[in-house]
Amino acid sequence: MNDRKTENRIAFREGMRDGIPIALGYFAVSFTLGIAARNAGLNPFQGFLTSILCNASAGEYAGFTVIAADAPYIEMVIVILVANARYLLMSSALSQRISPETKPIHRFIISFDIVDEIFGIAIARPGYLNPFYYYGAMFLAMPCWSVGTALGVLAGNILPMRVVSALSVALYGMFLAIIIPPSKKDKVVACLVVISFISSYIFTKLPYVRDISGGTRTIILTVIIAGLASVLFPVKEVQNEA
Amino acid sequence: MKHNIYIYILIMAAVSYVIRSLPLTLIRKEIKNRFLKSFLYYVPYVTLAVMTFPAIMDATQSPLAGLIALILGIVLAWFNASLFQVSVACCVVVFICEFFI
Repeated sequence: MNDRKTENRIAFREGMRDGIPIALGYFAVSFTLGIAARNAGLNPFQGFLTSILCNASAGEYAGFTVIAADAPYIEMVIVILVANARYLLMSSALSQRISPETKPIHRFIISFDIVDEIFGIAIARPGYLNPFYYYGAMFLAMPCWSVGTALGVLAGNILPMRVVSALSVALYGMFLAIIIPPSKKDKVVACLVVISFISSYIFTKLPYVRDISGGTRTIILTVIIAGLASVLFPVKEVQNEA
Repeated sequence: MKHNIYIYILIMAAVSYVIRSLPLTLIRKEIKNRFLKSFLYYVPYVTLAVMTFPAIMDATQSPLAGLIALILGIVLAWFNASLFQVSVACCVVVFICEFFI
């Protein structure tokens, strides 16, 4: 029992460590999100509330545009569904990484913060995921995200653009640290990364297709590319260590 | 403003949570289907790659700074730098680059 506790404590600490770049990036991104919230007519508390409850960048941006337009509630439902649909995929992928021994309650708590970044670091862990690793990252990421939003509403453009600009690449640096090392070991993954870069770029430039929102583009390309790869190069063994 | 902001926020929160929790709480067993298994194995890499490029070039004030950060990030990650090191290096290089660009 004590071993389990120590293990959880270590996992929590590792989650916090890996959560630092996420929290930094979140702070910068949520600050700009707060500016969007202010433009939509939200006060700092409402901005904070939205962020602590929703934990979604694209989804919240989309939601704020609905609020700004004073659109019907049903429109909010559809917009959030579309903007966050990629989380369906991430949630399914995560479901395969949780030990059958893990209590169900953990699945409900983790669900609260399935976001691109924490999903990324969680999936990069070998073997089954210890929920406490996830909580460690949430522990830093969620306050930064929500307080950053509130500050964005409050202070608007107080942070110099240069700093925002620099902080905002922290997230992408992290993504690279997740996708590149497995690309060294698995050539299929390496090819998929390159193909994903290229097609994502093409999608943002091509007429008609470029009007598709970022969230939807992610879903379409993920389903097509990962789908084709699964048909052409099915994984042989249980590859729990990514 | 005809609609209540708090109801809007509540809808956002509820829909976001339902999307996230359904697969994670309903799929309890290990998926045996080979296609689905492979699909879920590839999904994270494709998703993260799609989200990284070209978005990294739009995140910075100068797209070139973003591109330099991308290349530096790939090189450092290739040589096994940690998650934290790669992120911080990307931030620093953008900060420095934007003094010159």
